[in-house]
Amino acid sequence: MTTRREARPASVAAVRRGDALDVANLPSYGFGNRSLMWWGTAGMMAIEGAAFAFMIVIYFYLRSLSDSWPSGGAAPDLLWGTLNLGLILVSAVPNIYADRAAIDHDLGKVRICLVILSVIGLVLLLVRAMEFTTLNVRGDESAYGSVVWMLLGLHTFNLITDVADSLVLTALILKGPLEGKRFVDVAENSGYWNFVVVTWVPIYAVVYWGPRF
Amino acid sequence: MLIGGAVFPLLGAFFYWFPKVTGRMMGERMGRWQFWLFFIGVNVTFFPMHQLGLQGMPRRIYTYLAESGWGTLNLVSIIGAVVVDMSMLLFVLNVVLSLFRRERAAENPWGAPTLEWAVPSPPPPFNFVVLPVVSSREPLWSRETGGATHVSGLATGTREGLVTTVLDAVPDVRYIYPSPGIWPFVAALAVAGCWLIWSIFSAQGALWGMIPPTIAFIAWFWPRKRENDQHLALEKRP
Repeated sequence: MTTRREARPASVAAVRRGDALDVANLPSYGFGNRSLMWWGTAGMMAIEGAAFAFMIVIYFYLRSLSDSWPSGGAAPDLLWGTLNLGLILVSAVPNIYADRAAIDHDLGKVRICLVILSVIGLVLLLVRAMEFTTLNVRGDESAYGSVVWMLLGLHTFNLITDVADSLVLTALILKGPLEGKRFVDVAENSGYWNFVVVTWVPIYAVVYWGPRF
Repeated sequence: MLIGGAVFPLLGAFFYWFPKVTGRMMGERMGRWQFWLFFIGVNVTFFPMHQLGLQGMPRRIYTYLAESGWGTLNLVSIIGAVVVDMSMLLFVLNVVLSLFRRERAAENPWGAPTLEWAVPSPPPPFNFVVLPVVSSREPLWSRETGGATHVSGLATGTREGLVTTVLDAVPDVRYIYPSPGIWPFVAALAVAGCWLIWSIFSAQGALWGMIPPTIAFIAWFWPRKRENDQHLALEKRP
């Protein structure tokens, strides 16, 4: 099994032929940081991660200026947000399997994992919609409402992006036409989903428990 | 600050790459005149402003009382600005005249070290016939003797590029870029026409206007049969 963590050059290196460096035998795709899109996705995560971090700082800054928090309202209901947390953590399991199956070029496993992930993703979107209805504050009501909607909105943007990406990939993997680098797409989709999962933990903590302490 | 830090190097870069871009050298004599006029003009313009600042004149005001005593130095400053104007006039004249110069610039008129100077001026649309092998930051100054000079084995029928390792720049992956198609253009129209313009007139547009670009991006990504066949023919597992 090749792992993505091996950023070493290809097993077949470029060969010297006369004055030329022959690269015809190099692989036509690679996983992890050997892939161009991996860098694009990493950059996207850096930007989004920074935006999340800023919003959390802004949340506590606004809180430090307010007499009451949540300003004049009730904290968000715990039910949907916590359900989301549970589901999204569970989704990490098929996600990690999808990543490994992709690196192993195991089409059958990749198909199963992607279908499971797509279903979980769609359910998560429904749960997220319910979360917005039980925040107990409007986005234009107060600084508190504004920052809570912004935090949840940013994460929802990421959630929708990756669910859409997963759905498109699932359709492609089921229907074809296939080629090897689609496995790279699957692995990178998993990498981005990991980001969506990991960032939800602090954002959940801030949105749902920030007003309770 | 901006003039000294940004405009001088900008003018320098203009002279430096002008032959590469247009295939013509800029006039040297006029360039020298321009440099000295600019150098003197900038100093005559801005140096008095330092003194005026020490005397209490705030920045970026267009008028002041005669009693403030700032008149003379401001006049000097204005004279400097006129010298700068003349220098810029000379620059524009130099650019226009140089464009119609008969003799062509050489490949590497400066004896510069970087790759753009290895191709004709102006460069052909494909840049290099064969990808050159580079072993240092100054490839034209330090051709490795006995080393490979160029890369071979990349597909010629599709757009195949070379990806190297991150730190050592060892050739690592042949990367097949997408073929030309209509979707990038549709995506650009959708972003500009739909998302951007809609969001100027309504906040709703910032949200719902993202849907058409998304559809265009997905269509762009979706592989076409012919392209897929080409890729499969070139494919090699890592």
